Amino acid sequence: MNQKEWPLWEVFIRAKQGLNHKHVGSLHAADVTMAIANARDVYTRRLEGISIWVVESKHLHASEPSDQEALFDPAEDKIYRHPTFYNLPIELKHM
Amino acid sequence: MQDSDIRFQYVLHLADNSMILGQRNAEWCSHGPVLEQDIAITNITLDLIGEARSLYAYAAELKGENATEDTIAFTRDVKQYKNALLLEQPNTDWAYTVVRQFFYDAFHFQLLNVLQKRKDERIAEIAHKSLKEVTYHLKWSSEWLIRLGDGTDISREKMQIAINDLWEYTGEFFIPTEIETKAFELGIAADVEKLKPLWLEKVKAIIEQATLTIPSKNFQQNGGKNGLHSEHLGFILAEMQFMQRAYPGVEW
Repeated sequence: MNQKEWPLWEVFIRAKQGLNHKHVGSLHAADVTMAIANARDVYTRRLEGISIWVVESKHLHASEPSDQEALFDPAEDKIYRHPTFYNLPIELKHM
Repeated sequence: MQDSDIRFQYVLHLADNSMILGQRNAEWCSHGPVLEQDIAITNITLDLIGEARSLYAYAAELKGENATEDTIAFTRDVKQYKNALLLEQPNTDWAYTVVRQFFYDAFHFQLLNVLQKRKDERIAEIAHKSLKEVTYHLKWSSEWLIRLGDGTDISREKMQIAINDLWEYTGEFFIPTEIETKAFELGIAADVEKLKPLWLEKVKAIIEQATLTIPSKNFQQNGGKNGLHSEHLGFILAEMQFMQRAYPGVEW
């Protein structure tokens, strides 16, 4: 029956007002209307969200796992990038 | 017939409609055409059974005599079930399932819309809650009707066959039974004849958008709401009621 599989979509749900949409999983759908309807049925059955984003998986581009060392390891010893590295003047309150 | 009996019978009829369609749809569980639609039809099923449970619980209170939602759902026989004939028709295939769902959703939506404003508070509360769910059911079945009707040659043909076959079961919704008429006079029911133009308007619009046609034949089946059922209901009840019949009062 399925000579052609429906495209894959990634689903993002906003749990409540003020929070970010968060990736929750993926599903198959023929178009965007069906993707949102399917996301509602598959991923919001237990009050998980108030807003849905879907994007076709082919439009997501990921970093290469083999680049992991070059991309992320150099941040390891740069503690000066954290605000806690700096001593604040005593006069400064509420930081 | 006493007012309390009319109320009881009317609640039963409402509950049986959603119970039997819920039970039918439940047959799709783990057999859906794709995973996402398997879950979608099961969600709809659970909504319908949830609505039926609330109504059966109310019916049990009206009846008294130690009746519970379970004794009412699981110990009545075919002739005591008052659901419309459409809802007991077999699943056959996905086209029949979508068309059956759509015909009922379009009616169910109009019915609940009226019931939530009528005088019986319990019925009105249940209707108000279920209306939100049914709004989605109607959106879901409308979209699938359009998608498959205005789809490939094969999907279009299958949808038209389902519409042609199920059309004769739609008229029954709008022919009031004695119970419906009396319940309407009590102020707790809908005047189903008045719902027909609203139903037809929606059905025509969606079927047209799906590039399908409404059959020209006028013959309409009738009887389910009075307990005169097709041969299918007995099989549904046999499966649904087996455990309670074999082990009365069993819990798990």
